Amino acid sequence: MNLDAARAALVEEARELLVAMEDALLQIEAGTGGPDGINAIFRAAHTIKGSAGLFAFDNVVSFTHIVESVLDRVRNGKLEIDEAMLSLLLKSGDYIATLVDAIERNTEQEEPNPALRSKLEAELKSYLDTSSVAQTALEAAEPEPAAQLEIDEGERVSSDNWHLSLRFNEDVLRQGLDPLSFIRYLCTLGRIVHLHTISEPIPAAEHYDAESSYLGYEIDFESDASRSQIEGVFEFVREESQIRILPPHSKIDEYIQLIESLAEPAGRLGEILIHGGALSESELERVLNQQQEQDRPPPLGTMLVEQQMVPPNVVSAALSKQKQSEEKRSHEQKFIKVEVGKLDQLIDLVGELVIAGAGANLVAKQKSVNAFEEAAQSVSVLVEQIRDAALTLRMVPIGEVFQRFPRVVREVSRDLGKEIELVITGAETELDKSMVEKLSDPLMHIVRNAMDHGLESTEDRILLGKPSCGIMRLNAFHDSGSIVIEVSDDGRGLNRERILAKAIERGLISAEQHLSDNEIYRLIFEPGFSTAEKVTNLSGRGVGMDVVKKNIEALRGEVEVDSTPEHGATIRIRLPLTLAIIDGFQVMVHGSVYVIPLEMVIECVDLVHQDYRHNIIKLRGEPLPFIRLRSLFGHPPSAAQQRESLVVVQYGSQRAGLVVDQLLGEFQAVIKPLGLLFQQMKGIGGSTILGNGQVSLILDIPHLIHMTSQREMPPMLATSRSELSEKINH
Amino acid sequence: MGSLLTQSMARTTVRAEETPQGKQFLTLTLGGEIFAIPIENIREIIEFSGLTEIPLMPDFLRGVINLRGSVVPVIDLAARFGRSNTQISRRTCIVILEVSQEDNVLALGVMVDAVNEVLSIEPSQIEPAPNFGAQIRADFIDGMISLGERFVIALDIQRVLAVDEMSSLIGLAGSSSTENAVIAT
Repeated sequence: MNLDAARAALVEEARELLVAMEDALLQIEAGTGGPDGINAIFRAAHTIKGSAGLFAFDNVVSFTHIVESVLDRVRNGKLEIDEAMLSLLLKSGDYIATLVDAIERNTEQEEPNPALRSKLEAELKSYLDTSSVAQTALEAAEPEPAAQLEIDEGERVSSDNWHLSLRFNEDVLRQGLDPLSFIRYLCTLGRIVHLHTISEPIPAAEHYDAESSYLGYEIDFESDASRSQIEGVFEFVREESQIRILPPHSKIDEYIQLIESLAEPAGRLGEILIHGGALSESELERVLNQQQEQDRPPPLGTMLVEQQMVPPNVVSAALSKQKQSEEKRSHEQKFIKVEVGKLDQLIDLVGELVIAGAGANLVAKQKSVNAFEEAAQSVSVLVEQIRDAALTLRMVPIGEVFQRFPRVVREVSRDLGKEIELVITGAETELDKSMVEKLSDPLMHIVRNAMDHGLESTEDRILLGKPSCGIMRLNAFHDSGSIVIEVSDDGRGLNRERILAKAIERGLISAEQHLSDNEIYRLIFEPGFSTAEKVTNLSGRGVGMDVVKKNIEALRGEVEVDSTPEHGATIRIRLPLTLAIIDGFQVMVHGSVYVIPLEMVIECVDLVHQDYRHNIIKLRGEPLPFIRLRSLFGHPPSAAQQRESLVVVQYGSQRAGLVVDQLLGEFQAVIKPLGLLFQQMKGIGGSTILGNGQVSLILDIPHLIHMTSQREMPPMLATSRSELSEKINH
Repeated sequence: MGSLLTQSMARTTVRAEETPQGKQFLTLTLGGEIFAIPIENIREIIEFSGLTEIPLMPDFLRGVINLRGSVVPVIDLAARFGRSNTQISRRTCIVILEVSQEDNVLALGVMVDAVNEVLSIEPSQIEPAPNFGAQIRADFIDGMISLGERFVIALDIQRVLAVDEMSSLIGLAGSSSTENAVIAT
């Protein structure tokens, strides 16, 4: 087996488990956890420990062991989970995560943060110490459940010994076997602590047969041998005699642990018990035979317990393991784990297929053979379906990002002393996996910002007559080819006056400028802008919102802000669904083909020749500003008699027209990034390859509109902004 | 996709073979002058067969081409040296080079009037460049290769094609052309 691959799998599994653990902890805090929650946490810790143990990652094993011990106490009801413990467990989870990170970097030999570790260990151990006192008290008061197993004669299993109950067949002596020799042989495996002879079956003297064996034996046996070894002693008499072997207490726990940690999907109860060592194969066989002989066979588990072959708690552990492996099996049928690289390769190939298909279509049109065109047509319909299906493979629910936030909100609300409730909706909304990864940092900024600046302190809220608990909302939904993510709070809203004052102070705008509310709110995305009067360790350093905007724009998205004073603010992020392939609309400008994302195209109209200089036409009674792409791109204007077309595009709430020479129609564009060299270029969003092999540029409509509208901005704003940007850049 | 291109492009793949003594250079013609590029940076050489121009770009960025499915920018070397743009002719070639920018390796095309030959140059044949006189930026020059009676300039490709420098020039060109400086927001 490839160890690196196994290591990577371990890291991945551990991370998933840690997320599950954190989730469960937060649920418990919210009061919705229940015993399943505790079990889930315990299982997570236990599995991490187990897997780390396989690799001998002792750092992880020893730390997780302590966590597990604490959790075990909680699970058994010996410890009450409280807030301090929750925090401690969350921190411990984080520390395990750092240990796992170290494994990923192959630096697991070093302790990443010994000081933190010893602090956490000390805190965890304090729970163990106090509780061990409580535990012994409990034990004294109430015997372990296994001790309730009573055998026929009413004798109890004493604690750490095996208990053997032997009833030899009456004919055993006649068969030439001496019970005593079995007992002697048994002594080679361990020590008989106590032997009680059952003499009740001995009949009255007149019926007594000297060749029959009447005695029964109850033996307490101290031994390290396994169950099957002990059973092996009685191999020759097993058939006709009643031999019951009860495990010592410590073994019961061991069985349960073994059963829980069984790695292979054990299917049947009997098999699980055999794997765990709680039952030997021959015993199982016998019980199964008995089960078949009955008319209405009781479940195997019940029979095993009735016959006292296996203690009930071992059976129930095995049953839950069985349930687990069933769940796992049905889970496996629904999902296959695929390496991201393979998926990307597939999507690349589909991209090439789309381009090749476009090429074939082109040839088909040129040849103008009907049958050929039809064939090409049906191929492209299929290609389109394959494209869509391939792209959905990369779609993941945005919940992957959202799930980090309950923890963040919890911690921040502690730090700030504000009561904050997080409401998440639309977590199932899907978007491209590659975007999910890049989205979490900007979202984190926004959420932290909103909690820090947006929400008032609890006292202020009460003064304002608002509910004392502030509400943060995370929402996501699909909207016409984009995904929209909203982060809203019900706090004080953006302070228009303060933003304005700050913007003037920083020279972003001049005092006499009149800006709409929206324009003012948008100033918060300017570099170096921060209105926080005190710098907290969360936000307020003036980096953040401009970075957020930059990150979102790098994903071809847009950020907007909405605010109502005293009622809160909403930051809205609009992103394209995928980065790989779009439906495009081809247009021709000065001999070059450009592609406009189809989802932005509203309609196309002929542009009637006009005499006036301004670039606004009346479309259905409304004024519509337009951009002449020829003049924007520095090409000469088209000849006067040349007909031009107007493509009406919409982005967000903005609507504009683009004047082009010619409309060429729809086309599937596989987006090819232009690369590092063009990072700072505006107006062109990327490129694509046409059916004839030519590269075509994809227009970045929001930037084009923005560029043009900035041109017509009052000069004061434009220049002061540029100076500021320069100051910041240098 | 690849098939569409290979038909129109005669590709020559240059293999880097270090001779035991020296280093190999490709010589190329640019506005009548000969320059040399170390061949380890060269991925391939293709015949010029058109490109897609990008509006609002500085002179040295001629456009982009489709190189078997990836989009590769093409730099006009003459324009990058501050001379006039290369005129397209029958012998115009695009040399595809690999340059590294931080951790990334980037493929860039360089448009030249013609490519000549691959030369093995002994270390003793390379002289440091004089302070001035080369008529191109001093940092673009790696050294002077002595060839018979004359010297050929060996280019420092990492400097000539410095990605961060060119990308900020591209950013500036885009914004200055829109009259009032449009500022990156």
